[in-house]
Amino acid sequence: MLITCPYCGPRDVIEFTYQGDGNRERPQPASQDLDAWTAYVYDRLNPAGDHNEIWQHSGGCRAHLRVVRNTLTHEIRSTTFARGGHKAEGRS
Amino acid sequence: MAEQQLPERQSPLEPEYHPGSHGNFEHGVDVILSETRPGSILQLAAWPGEEKRLIEAIRKVTGLALPDGAGGGVSNGARAVFGFAPGKFTVVDEAEGLASTFAGVITPAIGTLTDLSHGRTAIRIAGPKAEWVMAKFFAIDFALPAFPLGAGRSTNHHDIFAQIQRSGADQFDIYVFRSFARSFWKALCHASEEVGYEVQ
Ligand SMILES: [Zn+2]
Repeated sequence: MLITCPYCGPRDVIEFTYQGDGNRERPQPASQDLDAWTAYVYDRLNPAGDHNEIWQHSGGCRAHLRVVRNTLTHEIRSTTFARGGHKAEGRS
Repeated sequence: MAEQQLPERQSPLEPEYHPGSHGNFEHGVDVILSETRPGSILQLAAWPGEEKRLIEAIRKVTGLALPDGAGGGVSNGARAVFGFAPGKFTVVDEAEGLASTFAGVITPAIGTLTDLSHGRTAIRIAGPKAEWVMAKFFAIDFALPAFPLGAGRSTNHHDIFAQIQRSGADQFDIYVFRSFARSFWKALCHASEEVGYEVQ
């Protein structure tokens, strides 16, 4: 599996670290909304298809990336820098 | 500058650094390995939006003009600079003391300066089989059109993080953590045996 880092270009997946589901929305730190926190920690869409993910190019430029990966085919549909709040294009 | 009595810097490669020809060199030496021992190795990072000002500061201090684009770089023999991550650059000088030259120029509003002169070891591989040996180590494209002269790359070899600059058509400078440098050097020597190598 190759992930095309927007800075470094195509690199082997071994250079990247998965940082979790990119659909999560973290509640405000002061939030006492237990349902929101539970959803943030446990609820996952687990789609069979395009999935928003956060990866870090830990063995390269170390940038955090928004990646849309197809969970059926491992096709990487898009990669953008996570910084700047670029919206990923996958199913959310 | 006033005369300084600095202790001589020890090479981490020393116990495994054996000048001369090695490996399969009966038909010629196809790579030359050396430690370049630059006096200064710096990491400069710009805050988001301050990249252009940092690049201008690098030009002012070193005289090196960074080309546009990710991983762009340039070297003039004595000094070298290349991008290794968004807004981040490695700057190398043969001479010691480059950090203090930058200190007044990289203001807190522009970004940060980290002096890695004692934290990294610089290894040079040169020769007609340099690309071949490098390709056995790193899963990146070393062909000249994909990795142009002066350009920099961040990658790793078995979790040893490496910054690589192409400093010649058949020459690469590899910057590795000093604490891993001897192990990396030994592996690089083993990998060079098949083509015949000379340590200078
Ligand atoms: Zn990268």
